[in-house]
Formats: sequence, C-alpha cells, structure tokens
Amino acid sequence: MNAMTNPSRREFLKTSALVTGGLVIAFTVPGARRFARAERMTADPFVPNAFLRVGSDDSVTVLIAHSEMGQGIWTALPMLVAEELDADWSRIRVEHAPAAPAYAHTVFGMQMTGGSTSTWSEFERCRQAGATARAMLVAAAAQRFGVSPADCRAQNGIVIAGSKRARYGELAEAAAKLPVPKTVPLKDPKDWKLIGKPTKRLDTPEKVTGRAKFGMDVQFPGLLTAVVARPPVFGGKVKSLDPTKAKAVPGVRSVVRVPTGVAVVADHFWAAKLGRDALEIDWDLGPNASLDSATLREEFRKLAGFKGAPVPKAAEVPPAPPQVRELAATKAVAAVQAGNVADALGKAAKTIEAEYAVPYLAHAPMEPLNATVRIGQSKCEIWTGTQFQTLDQQLAARITGLKPEQVEIHTTFLGGGFGRRATPTSDFVSEAVQVAKAAGAPVKTVWTREDDVRGGYYRPAYLHRLRIGLGSDGLPTAWHHEIVGQSILAGTPFEPMMVKNGIDATSVEGVADSAYLKSVPNHRVDLHSPKLGIPVLWWRSVGHSHNAFVMESAIDELAQTAGKDPVEYRRALLKGHSRHLAALNLAAEKAKWGTPVAQGRARGVAVHESFGSYVAQVAEVSVEKGVIRVHRVVCAIDCGIAVNPETVRAQMESGVAFGLGAALHSKLSFKDGQVQQSNFHDYQVLRLNEMPVVEVHIVASTDKMGGVGEPGVPPIAPAVANAVAQLTGHRLRELPLRLPA
Amino acid sequence: MRLTVNGVERDVNAPPDMPLLWVLRDLLGLTGTKFGCGIAQCGACTVHLDGAPRRSCVTPVSTAAGKKITTIEGLSPDGSHPVQRAWAELDVVQCGYCQSGQIMSAAALVAAKPNPTDADIDAALSGNICRCGTYQRIRAAVHRAAELRAST
Repeated sequence: MNAMTNPSRREFLKTSALVTGGLVIAFTVPGARRFARAERMTADPFVPNAFLRVGSDDSVTVLIAHSEMGQGIWTALPMLVAEELDADWSRIRVEHAPAAPAYAHTVFGMQMTGGSTSTWSEFERCRQAGATARAMLVAAAAQRFGVSPADCRAQNGIVIAGSKRARYGELAEAAAKLPVPKTVPLKDPKDWKLIGKPTKRLDTPEKVTGRAKFGMDVQFPGLLTAVVARPPVFGGKVKSLDPTKAKAVPGVRSVVRVPTGVAVVADHFWAAKLGRDALEIDWDLGPNASLDSATLREEFRKLAGFKGAPVPKAAEVPPAPPQVRELAATKAVAAVQAGNVADALGKAAKTIEAEYAVPYLAHAPMEPLNATVRIGQSKCEIWTGTQFQTLDQQLAARITGLKPEQVEIHTTFLGGGFGRRATPTSDFVSEAVQVAKAAGAPVKTVWTREDDVRGGYYRPAYLHRLRIGLGSDGLPTAWHHEIVGQSILAGTPFEPMMVKNGIDATSVEGVADSAYLKSVPNHRVDLHSPKLGIPVLWWRSVGHSHNAFVMESAIDELAQTAGKDPVEYRRALLKGHSRHLAALNLAAEKAKWGTPVAQGRARGVAVHESFGSYVAQVAEVSVEKGVIRVHRVVCAIDCGIAVNPETVRAQMESGVAFGLGAALHSKLSFKDGQVQQSNFHDYQVLRLNEMPVVEVHIVASTDKMGGVGEPGVPPIAPAVANAVAQLTGHRLRELPLRLPA
Repeated sequence: MRLTVNGVERDVNAPPDMPLLWVLRDLLGLTGTKFGCGIAQCGACTVHLDGAPRRSCVTPVSTAAGKKITTIEGLSPDGSHPVQRAWAELDVVQCGYCQSGQIMSAAALVAAKPNPTDADIDAALSGNICRCGTYQRIRAAVHRAAELRAST
C-alpha cells in the first residue's frame, strides 16, 4: 500500500469521496458540539473536542480514531495528545472512538486503520487536540488566578502561576465554558517530553489479566451465537438444505439462510458449531469447482511468457478449467518503462532469467473473525474488532435499511488484524448483520479457525519473471520484470483511485517504484492481473510481501553473478538514496557485516522501503538436515521521528516473526476448487522455538515520517534466502523456502 | 456438574463432552481464556488443571470435574503473579489475544522448573502461537519471571 502512503496521497484524498459520499475531513479538530456522542457518553465536564475528555478526577480520556490490533496505537496516539496537553501520563485512559465522521482518517477520508499510517496521519491532529485543550485549561486557570495566560505554565496535569496551582480536574468545568481557540501553537520539538521517549504500553494491565475485551468476548443477556456453513468452493451456492439434524442439537435455536450460506443460531458457540456440523447441505459448487494450484501456476507461467519446462511436470497438472483458460486472454500492461529493454537485453554482457513465485496466504490472526450485532427499531449496534468502521457502518445501514449514523460501532480490541479485518466488502461484519437480521435476535457470529483458513480474502499468489542484462562492470543495464497475480483492488471501492490504466498499484509497489530500477537505464515492469474467483486482500505489507522478496533476491543474485559483495553492490546501486543507505549501513555495521561468521552459518542482507519507512535486515542462518534455521536478525529502520521507540522495536520484531513464518512455512493450495489447508497443523506459522534473536536499531532521523506496522515484514524473506544461497549455493526463488531434497 | 474454578465451586449444566473452554467462556462468563484453533494447536485456551497446563478446547468438561481449574482470571487477584509482572516489565503484549494462554503456559513452567533453560522454554511454550511474534520478549519474560519468583 505504498500507493496509499506515497505518491498518491492527494489522489486518495480526492477520490476517497467516492467511498464516503463526499465527506473528507482534514486534520482540523472538530468541536465537541459537532460530535454529540463524546459528550453523551460521559460525565466528564470538559470535552474540548472529539479526541479527549478531562474528568473532575483529573483523568484524561483519549479517544483514538484507530484500532488497536497489537501495533501499539493505544499508546502512541495518547502520547501525541498528552505531549501537547502536558498531561499527567499516569492519568491517561484510552478508548476506541465510536464510528463517526469526526474520526475519519486525515488522509483517506474514512475511519480506518491500515497502510501503516496511524501515527504519521495523526501526528498533527492528535497534537492539535491536546494543545487546544491545554490552551483552554490554561485560560481557565488564568481567570481563576487573575493573571494573564502568558504568566501560566502547564506541566504534568497542573497549571502553575507563581505560587498558585490548579489541577486539570479542578479547571475542567470552567474550561468547558470557554471558547475553543481556532489555532494553537504546537511545541518546538526540543521541548518534547514524551515524543521520542520509549514508553510502555497502556493496554498491558488488562492484557496480562484476561480483562481485555476482544470482539469474541462480548456477552450480554439474550445474546445468541451463530456459526455459518459457507460453500466449500468460492462462488458456490446452496442447492438444497436439510436442517433437521442441526435443529435437534440441544441449544440450537434456529437455522437461517444468509447470502453467504446457512447460519446455525444457538445458545452458545459449542451448540452452534455442533449444529453447523450437523447441517445437511447439497452445494452447487459453481464455476470454481476445478480450481487447482498446479494448473494456476502453469497458467501464470504462460502469462509471463515462459515456454520452458513447467514446474511441476505437465503430466501431473490437471487440465485447466474454462475460467482459468480465459486467463490467457488477459493482456499485460506496462506499469513503468524507460529506455529500450529488448535492445539492451540483446546487447548485455551477461543475462539472467529467473522465475519467482509466492503462494496464497491467510492472515490467520489469533482471534478468529467474529462480530456481534443487535438490531433495534432505530439503531443497529455492532461490537467487533474492525479496521474499517466507515465501510462496516455503510454496509450495515444498507442491510438493515437504517441510516449510517444509526449504526453504532463499538470497536473492541482486535486479536490481530494484519489486513484481514479491513475488507472492502466488510465480509465478516456484513454477514453478522445478515445473521442477526435473519434470526431476529442479537447474535454473535463466530468463525472457527477452519472457517478462517478456508474463508478467502488471501494474499494473492504471484509469479514473477525477470530478465536482467548486466554490463561489463557487473551493474544492470536492462531489467524486464513481469508480474502475474490477482488484483486486490479491482472490483472494490478503492479501484477508481488506486487502479490506474489497468495497474493495481499494490501489485507492483516495491518493483515499479524501486530505487534500484531508477539506476537501470532500460527497464520495464509489466503486470498481468488475471481475474479469478478467489477473494484476495491486503496482507501485512501487501505487495511488498512478495515484491521485496523478488527484488532483494534478484539484486543478491546479480551481486553474486558480478562477483561483488552484496552490501557493496547495493551501495553502488543506491547512490543518492540516503535513507536506504542509512538503514543498510546501520544494519551492516551492527551485524558486523564482512567479519567471519560462526561455523556453518552465513549472513544475508536485504533493504527495502515500504509505507514510507526504510528497513534493512541482516539474517544469520544455518541449515541442518535441510532445515533452515534463522539465529539472529539485525534490523535497522529509518521511519523519521520515532514517536515511541519501544513500539518501533516491537513492530520490527513482530514483522520479522510474521514474515519469517511465511518465508519458512505458510502456504495455501487448491485442489478441486477447495483450499487444502484448514488449521495451524497444516497452515503453519512461526513458533517460539524458531524465533531468532532480533536486534533493532533506529536511525536517528527527522525525515518525513513513515509507518512501522508493516515495513518490518518485507526484508526478512529475502535476507534469509540470500543467506541460504550464500551458505548452500541454492538460490531459492519460491516461498515458502524449500531446499532441494 | 460441579466444577472448582479459581477456588470457587460452580454448578454448570453442560453435556459431558462439551469442551471446558466453552463452559468457561459461554456458561461461566470467564472470557479471559481464548479460542484460537479448537484442536490444541495454538495454546490460546491454556488453563491449569490441578496446576498442570491443559488445552481447554479439547478437554471434555467431565474430565475437569473434581480437579482444581485455574484460568487467567484466577492466576493472581491483581495481576501480581511473577509471570504477569515480568510480562509488564518487558512490555511483551501486542494484540494480546494469545497472551492469556502464553502466561498460563509460562506460569506452569516456572512452577515446575524454577530455573527454566531456553530449551525448557522451547518445550513448554512452542505450542502457544503468537501471530504478533512476541516470542523474543516471551522468552526473556519467562527468565525474568523465574527471577522474580525466586526473590519473593
């Protein structure tokens, strides 16, 4: 989603009106009166704006417009507010904001969490919210003390003028009666007390005691639980249904049809699940019933122009179903081109051709998907962990016949998101609304792990074909890059703004805009976006999750071909890209690149920009009996101002673990239209015994801020693959990484 | 059926093969214990039966009757168990969903092995998945919990 953060912020702002019906809020801080809920929900006397409340008990409640899903926004955004408010940090409380226009993303114009944007996009708004409140508290104190506001100073939740002092709680009522200032100055960065200081998470106490409420934990009297039977093949439909056995399960209340399948509604989860398993459904499997991973791979290869020996051998590949055969008709579109690639390839001193591939992936957040819905006469209430409040609200309104503002969303903690809880179709929320509507009762719709793994919205599989020509100096003179894979954005509300001339920006990000390509005089990136019936979605780091693997592996392969050190080679190609170099050099230095490594181990390096941040990783790897083991990862990041360095470190560790699980294990495959994997035993992710030591170094930087939730993911797979190539001589061009037997 | 949960006797009306997880969550309202996979592959549902870690998602409630059941809610009255303190000290949690299970597995480990080695931690906690990848901090926090436990 660089497309969401870099070149096209303005485009997004302009066109996001399409999504939100013309509502675009900049980072102005709406007054409380424009936003009645903040006042209605509280007894706190001072509600200066939609983002905070001050209680007479001195508490400061910060309402965050973004969803806490592990990334630490529950702490970073309050830090921004508290910094300018000069609040007492120990009195900060945090709540998820309700769904309302006041909380629209400052760039995207709709309430959402994604694209590693929360901190930078709130940097102004949250500070303004805090500064405004502080100015009003100071003004109230000045009146009370009979002095000028200029003679007052605020610190740690107290306003002081000479020997006079007043706590914020004491000033709250008076401050509430004062006019809201239009503009307030923000602090000089040299006066920051909180921003840049490693700060512990505010959500820890409730998360180590089991008190934290996730969507799954919502309970109230009369609430029923539903489990839904969905078609075994995407696009399938119910042909016939016999609910008799399901209805006979004790605790089952009803069996209802919904657009996505058949829901069994029961007193509790266990009865609903047994009931769902007892349903007798005859499915019309629809057009995707012969979908097969091996066939898809072959069709993707053909689209990329490969004519050589297929992998696996043709004899093992079932014939392509009609829908897949139509793929061949899709045309490639050039995402970027310069010079004359064909000509330059012909003249190159050396050429390399390579095929890279990555599989479909499920996000598999630890909390299976769920949403609780209560529909009343004049409102619909939804409790869920969502990344996309505005879309959920609109779709729920459409289903219930209510207005969007009659749909109240209570955002709970998210038990992981990674993009899965940001579906443009609001799939799991819409379905839960349909279930509650059909059941005529408040219902929590819960997915099992199997439902999640087989339920679609995957990171798409991609195939890359590279033809690269090297000059006599070993540097690339020609680079022809073809990418084949489903578009995430086609057919979604985001298509008008992020698919240009047939190019889905997320399919090519990290390749088309690669710093390396800028140094290659002749280059061309072609994209094929076959339309398939598999629901696809952004998966933590989106296009970078495969494009960084390909680019950073290819660069390493070129360095190897040219007989150059991989770090030196990158430095030569990245001349002038100071932030790439800062991260690369810091990681190389801290990893002691170039010094001998322990017996049986090798180092591999990768550096990649995504979501406005620059991350380099050096992985130290061994191979024992064909098993790749990653012992240590040295990571350096330039994200601009690091608001909470502790969060930055945690997110780099997290990105490494998430990316390493995919690099070593995770893979979904299709046979007869069905997903072959179902749960953590066959859809494997990283476990504790495989976790490397991760050492994080933050580049001291005041450059433009980037994100941290995703940028730690892209470099790890290529860093490991590059180390494996160094160690074993095997250049692994497919994820998950598998050494030949 | 009578269960002893966190020191309190509770009567539940549940079929004997109903997993303990759903009895705790849906019948007793103890939602700290989490559902992650339903097949003992992720550890989010870990509780203690007579002090030993068990995956409650595959434990029929009938087999827990007569045993002392401890959930995250009953590990300490106020979050002061050495494992919880170590978790807070090292800022372990991210999304937090798996952490009840991680903490219950870790608490059982340090109770059984006051000085766990890295290999002990691998053995006791590799069955607990964390998609946020807090593993490095979990490892450090288990060592820290052992220290805290020894000093109190």
